[in-house]
Amino acid sequence: MTAVEETEGRNGALPPWVGRLGRLLVTLVITLVGLLFVTFLIGRVVPIDPVLAAVGDRASESTYHKVYLELGLDKPLWEQFLIYVNNVLHGNLGESVLTNRPVLDDIADTFPATLELSTFAILIGTCVGVPLGVWAAVRQGRLVDQIVRVLGLVGYSAPIFWLGLTGLLVFYARLGWVAGPGRIDIAYQYDVERITGMMLVDTLLQGQWDAFWNALSHILLPGTLLGYYSLAYISRMTRSFMLAELGQEYIITARVKGVRESRIIWRHALRNAAVPLVTVIALSYGNLLQGAVLTETVFAWPGLGMYLTNSLGSADMNAVLGATLVIGAVFVALNLLSDVLYTVLDPRVRRRG
Amino acid sequence: MSVMSREWLLTEQPASRRQAHVGQAYRTWLALRGNRLAMVGLGIIVVLILMAVLAPLIAPYDPIQGGDLRTERLLPPSWQHLMGTDDLARDIWSRVAYGSRITLMVVALVAVIATPVGLLVGTISGYFGGVVDTVLMRITDIFLAFPQLVLALAFVAALGPGIENAIIAISITSWPPYARLARAETLTIRNADHIAAIKLQGASSLRIIWGHVVPLCLSSVVIRVTLDMAGIILTAAGLGFLGLGAQPPQPEWGAMIAEGRQFIIDNWWVSTMPGIAIFVVSLGFNFLGDGLRDVMDPKARK
Repeated sequence: MTAVEETEGRNGALPPWVGRLGRLLVTLVITLVGLLFVTFLIGRVVPIDPVLAAVGDRASESTYHKVYLELGLDKPLWEQFLIYVNNVLHGNLGESVLTNRPVLDDIADTFPATLELSTFAILIGTCVGVPLGVWAAVRQGRLVDQIVRVLGLVGYSAPIFWLGLTGLLVFYARLGWVAGPGRIDIAYQYDVERITGMMLVDTLLQGQWDAFWNALSHILLPGTLLGYYSLAYISRMTRSFMLAELGQEYIITARVKGVRESRIIWRHALRNAAVPLVTVIALSYGNLLQGAVLTETVFAWPGLGMYLTNSLGSADMNAVLGATLVIGAVFVALNLLSDVLYTVLDPRVRRRG
Repeated sequence: MSVMSREWLLTEQPASRRQAHVGQAYRTWLALRGNRLAMVGLGIIVVLILMAVLAPLIAPYDPIQGGDLRTERLLPPSWQHLMGTDDLARDIWSRVAYGSRITLMVVALVAVIATPVGLLVGTISGYFGGVVDTVLMRITDIFLAFPQLVLALAFVAALGPGIENAIIAISITSWPPYARLARAETLTIRNADHIAAIKLQGASSLRIIWGHVVPLCLSSVVIRVTLDMAGIILTAAGLGFLGLGAQPPQPEWGAMIAEGRQFIIDNWWVSTMPGIAIFVVSLGFNFLGDGLRDVMDPKARK
């Protein structure tokens, strides 16, 4: 029994889920420190001299030495790590060599674009994936089931950057159905004031309908592709959760009582499948971040992923590590969120703790 | 040899451990053979291996040395050049054929590096429990806390681009799920009677883990690795596409897509052909993995 559980048992007054959340928080802190340690280590094994990166290779011996001391490179490794953690906690991720700005500012600028893209994608993945999964489960073993299965496997197998390029070629260059790379046409770019940093939201808030439709046309292709990627996973999990529910006795009871089949499927079974499904959706939201890195690069989408790959191209380690850390932290936060949602939504877990 | 007959394989009373093992494998194979998608996947993988072995025979041109730059640049697919040529007048089919060697090498090396690491961490963690378990599993969790591609990107950024470093980076990021799985298996084996018997005979922990726990975890971990192979191929291709994997002029499929990117509007075949190759191969691994999961997991078979 852990210490948390013991104190909880003695007080007895706290509801059990408080203990569960407490343990989650401890895990969260340990994981975040681990994330910091990994990025710190990666930063230390780089063959690039951090001092040269800061002062340039024409600096004098004394400048070099001064910066060497300023960066704390003479101190033992653990002390350097503490300095690093301290800096990160104060929001100091270093300066980007490429943009000459603090990395944190760059990330704050690019993050909303990634958030917009992946939110669009997860909406598509959920709104299409869940019904498809339900349909496949109801028609288990039939043609629909096979089609959904192959559709999912194709989604797992196609390299997303290649799908993106091919999509651009067909739907933008040949057919002209959607707008090309980027988030919005240059003509609108300077009219839209930055409020949330998300184009679709900002244009709507300002009532600029032309700009809104233009932005929508830009996000349609990358968002749908990324959505397809999560659809593959969501529909598959929906199918297996639904199959598990449809085999339960309460379904037979409902059928015997003469409840309509559509009501059994959508109200009885799906409702029970929804709890694990929510965690799956939260997890694939996190996984979208990694698909977003490649998608953004292909579509010149100015988000965190493109920032990361651009920095990689110019060996801008502060930016690379900062972006990696932020993506890792968001990923951890989403995993935690899925755990919390599971606790909150499932009455059995809530009571047992 | 009559020993390998169908009856011998399918007998209900195996006379030896080996017969039971072989018979079990044969039953799995029979179940797998009935799964059409899995057989398609297996066929694709066999073709990939043949392609890699026979690359010098089936590739009509040199994959690196191009043809005449004045007349043979960016030719569309034809009988002379099945998949067309790229901007350096190289035959794309020849490059795709040789590229299968790189893809196979990446998959094989990652499996060879990541599987033992995962097995070792998982079995040690599960067998000893306590502090060892907590520390090792925390480390595993931290690696699992990054999206795989992003962590691999950061590692390659630190190590420098190149196919070897890409393989190392992918391996570093792939072992944690195997460790998790091996640990879970070990926890169920740890208290078995035969382990207690070996312990009473005075076997060292290392001997027990290596000789008696690892072999029992091996099959489920190997299946998991097979399931992950498509993902490994896609990650390697993604790194190649970003210019961090195999370096030009190596015919790596992901890098080939990146090279064809600037010509995509007028010369679609340059990046489409290697893309189809990646797609078909990872589809093959996914089909096979999907079938294997159905056959191995009685819950899914229902």
